[in-house]
Amino acid sequence: MNYLGHVLNHLRKDLRIEWRSRDSINGMLFFALLVVVVFSLAFDPTAAVSRQISGGILWVALLFATVTALNQSWTREQSHQVLEAQRMAPAPASALFLGKAIANMLFVLVVEAVLAPVFIVFYNLHVIGNPWLLALILPLGTWALVVNGTFFAVLGLRTRNRELLLPLLLLPISLPALLEMVQATTGVLTAELDPLQINTWIVQLAGYDLIFTLICLLLFDTVLNAE
Amino acid sequence: MPRPATTRIVAWLWFFATLAVLAVGFRQAIFIAPTEATMGNVQRIFYYHVPSAMMGLVFPYVNFIASLAYLYWRRRDPLKALTADALALASAEVTIVFVSIGLMTGMLWARASWGIWWTWDARLTTYLLLWLLYVSYLLLRRFSSTGESHTLAAVISVFAAVDVPIVFMSIQWWRTQHPSPVFADGGSLDPSMWPAFLWNLAGWAMWGTLIMLFRFALERRRQLAEQEAALVAIEASLETHQ
Repeated sequence: MNYLGHVLNHLRKDLRIEWRSRDSINGMLFFALLVVVVFSLAFDPTAAVSRQISGGILWVALLFATVTALNQSWTREQSHQVLEAQRMAPAPASALFLGKAIANMLFVLVVEAVLAPVFIVFYNLHVIGNPWLLALILPLGTWALVVNGTFFAVLGLRTRNRELLLPLLLLPISLPALLEMVQATTGVLTAELDPLQINTWIVQLAGYDLIFTLICLLLFDTVLNAE
Repeated sequence: MPRPATTRIVAWLWFFATLAVLAVGFRQAIFIAPTEATMGNVQRIFYYHVPSAMMGLVFPYVNFIASLAYLYWRRRDPLKALTADALALASAEVTIVFVSIGLMTGMLWARASWGIWWTWDARLTTYLLLWLLYVSYLLLRRFSSTGESHTLAAVISVFAAVDVPIVFMSIQWWRTQHPSPVFADGGSLDPSMWPAFLWNLAGWAMWGTLIMLFRFALERRRQLAEQEAALVAIEASLETHQ
């Protein structure tokens, strides 16, 4: 079986497990919804203000929701000794990682698709810029969070306080990506940013994605055999 | 394991030389360098802020190179890998010290000359992120079990090293308020201020190297003691079975 086949196998397995339990999507969805409601109550924004801040609130809500779900994403693999099996198997280890990262990305995209109408209702959001750009920014930003998050989740698997460790590692590393995605999203929502600037933010975000995907794939084998 | 006498003598000589250079640097910075025209005496913190900030950017490279060396030797030569790991730990801790000093002196200066403690400017934000990354590096070392903490820390060090340039570029694009480096183009630093700056730069570089090597030796001793204890435990278990 080639590399792509391995990735698809892992992806299919993760999607099937999630389809049967729907744990992480439900958890993330409700958590993100709560964050959105709490921010809305705390700031009580007008339509103009909400355009300014909802880009940031959207990504912060997604970041925290992702962290809560990612903490659980490897526990099933660990309790069923999948990682030990992977070490003995001739299949490339990074395929396991890539499959799981893509699965997590799909889960977060589902959450975003449900969250978008909620935002429009609760924040009276009316997009002034080109909304189709969001279809590019959202997946790129999500991948930036998920690829590093999945990697740090497996890195912290055998450590003490692993629930605490994931955000402690993920947040500092993700700060540039967070800046890029929030700037791009706010730029689209308010249409105050030059389209050229929005493009630069998107290109930077894509560069971030590319660089960290490569590093994760290269180092996953090392982390899997850390002992 | 007793250290050879020559190492000890060199270490003491290095220590006294560092003290002497720092004393000269202090005299140059506080008494000899002229008072800056617009900022007054506040500018003298520059002689401490800039060397610390520069050292805070040098030691992460030591950490990165030592971490790469660890990853390279991990399977090939575990004893060398442990040495590299001790160096990575020592340089990370020294990085935290220098970056903290750089941040704090920078805040004091900013309060006096800009009227604010902090601003989300490109250099400042990048520097704060450097601090955050190395704190999370040290936290990871604390939280992970002894068997694998070396590898995990080395992996995080690679992530941090890749992240810092990206942060710098993305935030540079965002905003810039920090005074541009005074050495790059033409140099707006007055010639009469150079000696004070250079003496302090040399002094703090020597001090940082000394502290890092001291911490490195301490970590090596801890590792050797650990190996000794493991060896004793194995021997004891063999004896009881006979």
